[in-house]
Amino acid sequence: MAEYRLEMHGISKSFPGVKALDNVNLSVRPGTVHALMGENGAGKSTLMKCLFGIYKMDEGEVLVDGQKMNISNPDEALHHGLAMVHQELQPVPDRTIAENMYLGRYPLKSYGPLKVIDHKTMNEETVKWLENVKMPFDPKRKLGELSISQMQSVEIAKAVSQDARLIILDEPTSSLTENEVEALFSIVRDLKSRGVSFVYISHKMAEIRQIADDITIMRDGTYVGSWNMNDISDNEIVKQMVGRELTNVYPPLDNEPGEILMEVKGYTSISDRSFQDCSFKLRRGEILGFGGLVGAQRTELMEAVFGIRHIKSGEIFLNGKQISIKCPHDAIKNGIGMITEDRRGTGILGCLSIADNVSIASLDNYLEAGVKLNTKKIEELVQDNVGKLSIKTPSSKELIRNLSGGNQQKVIISRWLANNPDVLIMDEPTRGIDVGAKYEIYQIMIELAKQGKGIIMISSEMPELLGVSNRIMVMCNKRITGELSGEEATQENVMKYATQF
Amino acid sequence: MSKKINIKDTLINNGIVLLLAVLVVYVSINVPAFRSFANLKNLAINAAPRVIVALGVSGCLITKGTDLSAGRMVGLAGCLAGIMLQKPDAPGKIWPNFPQLNVFLVLLICMAVCSVFGLINGIVVAYLNVPAFIGTLGMQMIVYGIALVVTNAVPIGGYRADFTTVTQGNVAGIPFLFIYLVIAAAIIWFVYNYTRHGKYMYAIGGNESAAEVSGVNVKKTKIIIYVTAACLYAIAGFLFSGKSGGASVNLGMSYELEAIAACTIGGVSVNGGIGRVSGVIIGVAVFELLKSSLQFLGVNTNYQFIAQGIVIVVAIALDIRKYIAKK
Ligand SMILES: Nc1ncnc2c1ncn2[C@@H]1O[C@H](COP(=O)(O)OP(=O)(O)OP(=O)(O)O)[C@@H](O)[C@H]1O
Ligand SMILES: [Mg+2]
Repeated sequence: MAEYRLEMHGISKSFPGVKALDNVNLSVRPGTVHALMGENGAGKSTLMKCLFGIYKMDEGEVLVDGQKMNISNPDEALHHGLAMVHQELQPVPDRTIAENMYLGRYPLKSYGPLKVIDHKTMNEETVKWLENVKMPFDPKRKLGELSISQMQSVEIAKAVSQDARLIILDEPTSSLTENEVEALFSIVRDLKSRGVSFVYISHKMAEIRQIADDITIMRDGTYVGSWNMNDISDNEIVKQMVGRELTNVYPPLDNEPGEILMEVKGYTSISDRSFQDCSFKLRRGEILGFGGLVGAQRTELMEAVFGIRHIKSGEIFLNGKQISIKCPHDAIKNGIGMITEDRRGTGILGCLSIADNVSIASLDNYLEAGVKLNTKKIEELVQDNVGKLSIKTPSSKELIRNLSGGNQQKVIISRWLANNPDVLIMDEPTRGIDVGAKYEIYQIMIELAKQGKGIIMISSEMPELLGVSNRIMVMCNKRITGELSGEEATQENVMKYATQF
Repeated sequence: MSKKINIKDTLINNGIVLLLAVLVVYVSINVPAFRSFANLKNLAINAAPRVIVALGVSGCLITKGTDLSAGRMVGLAGCLAGIMLQKPDAPGKIWPNFPQLNVFLVLLICMAVCSVFGLINGIVVAYLNVPAFIGTLGMQMIVYGIALVVTNAVPIGGYRADFTTVTQGNVAGIPFLFIYLVIAAAIIWFVYNYTRHGKYMYAIGGNESAAEVSGVNVKKTKIIIYVTAACLYAIAGFLFSGKSGGASVNLGMSYELEAIAACTIGGVSVNGGIGRVSGVIIGVAVFELLKSSLQFLGVNTNYQFIAQGIVIVVAIALDIRKYIAKK
């Protein structure tokens, strides 16, 4: 057996205006989990896409089990035992879970010369594989009915089911809860003991510590080095990634909540399966965290506040005055903004430039004589934000879909900073964002609070929830079950309320 | 190495335009009449109203819609303008007692009538969520029916002199039609690039739900697009009618398909979110040049349709190829 399951040597790849990869190496041993870390835009996803032939590398060679390979598309990669779970999911929402699992490789049965899809086997196998990853779903449900995290689980089950010898997980846990992550890790460990290798891309240090055996670090498209996890400390990893020392994870939470800014009373969804009778208050200058398990309907509640979803009953007051919100447009007019959870579905405008993506929600402020847009001022606004959030891009005219995942998220955050709402709802704001940039985003949130804005943050990351919230509302099973502030805001208490039913 | 690939890609992506350039050069050399000033002028006059139709359709395409009622609206506007601008003593005058109105007032009336249909298109697409393909197909038939009712299927002619002057005249050798084209294109270019409406339009084409979440009033924007398009068709119909000195219900038939094809050749993506005014103009020019070249080569009209059809399919295939091309 070869010493390495996968070897990538001297990989280089340029896009117009950016050298995304410059002579990068990666060597993965059989039966190990190999972490791949680096800041947003360091080139992690690009390296993997080159491996799978989604992008054509300019230079470099790939060896699988010691044999030189020339892989030109993901299908071919699969034949060589390589599978990938993408950072941005690409499922077919209108088909069933089973059909998505077996897309392109449906089990067939023959009626004489006629071959038809064997739905029974397909569904049974799907159940088996889903149980294997502890996701007991009905295989005949439409994929689109699942939450993002559940879809991701299906995607992972799919890679597992393909019997791959090397599985790439590109930020698989960015929208999973701790339980789901634990479930995933137990499968990873199980497969590892059976000789399967993993490349694991994540920005979460704790997870990397738990699961990885080796680590390779990249910075700005270059190869920094590879270590055994036992030989490198967390601080050292961050230092190698960022190129400098980072002392704090959270900035001091020194904003001071004032009077009531927004009040939501008795919000109840038009659907019985969604949020019921939710009431809460948001103060000026406050960061209000929303905790709970995935499925607790936090996202749905906030999307209703913002007008994306509809309510059966409930009232909302802003500055003491009742307002009516029927669509996002109404919410924005009243000074409410929202960064949604589903970046691909309701966030990025893929075929538009970064400049257009940043400015789209605030064009009203740049009208001259009520008609013409002041493009110069808009460009200034965009440059300002690109700088403030250190968005990595050759120019503001670059299409947003060419940015790395984390940098796309930063563009969406800029969009709402530009819009400058009084109430900003942020649903998993730091999803896919590297350690250094997270700090900057927390700083911005606290800065906004100091200016008297109210911020609502939904977060599934416990340390983040505890670290940057002035007060925490906990939801469980469609209802608000607890409110914690000051001393009471501890992990135990959040979990107690989050699992109340 | 990578430079070479780029050249190849550029060649393939602009294949249609290049092929046409070759054809045009070939025809110019072999048929001198083709490159005469008179023919060029003729081409520009023919292309002008078609560009105006294509500009209208482009807005619908950019928002992932389409407008199949374009051609029939051109026809209705052309007939209405013709009826209202017949000479008082024209034989078989359709509305004998209709007052003699100012030409521009007539143009405005045509635009108003068409914008009602555009408004209905917009409401059907934006509020009732009917796919644009089906909604505007229905409108195509409705508008044709109305044109039949209004004209009784009788051809219209005997136009007033002022109508003819406005549409056929020229200043300093430049045809008025060409000037109208420049004005229309300039206004639409401004709207697409420098107004909120333009940015909203591209955003809707790029990702409708994301645009809505960013506060874009999707329904209103779509309605404005379909109404604007209808106004442009009305202008084009008015011009076509005056230019040829007569109109019938068959005016404008299948112009929407030519417009969609021209837009695609000019790089307006059928997947939405992408398209420029310059591209639309180039697209129409390419299409008109193709027709004219084939005529000058003496190709049988029946074969001309076959050639045009091939160009449309190839153009769209090349357009799609750009989005699945490997980086
Ligand atoms: N198709 C493309 N066209 C142009 N530039 C691209 C393209 N894909 C990636 N890039 C650029 O390559 C660089 C590396 O991107 P990549 O997605 O690999 O980063 P990443 O390490 O995965 O970051 P993240 O942690 O944010 O996901 C970025 O600067 C990005 O802008
Ligand atoms: Mg990535």
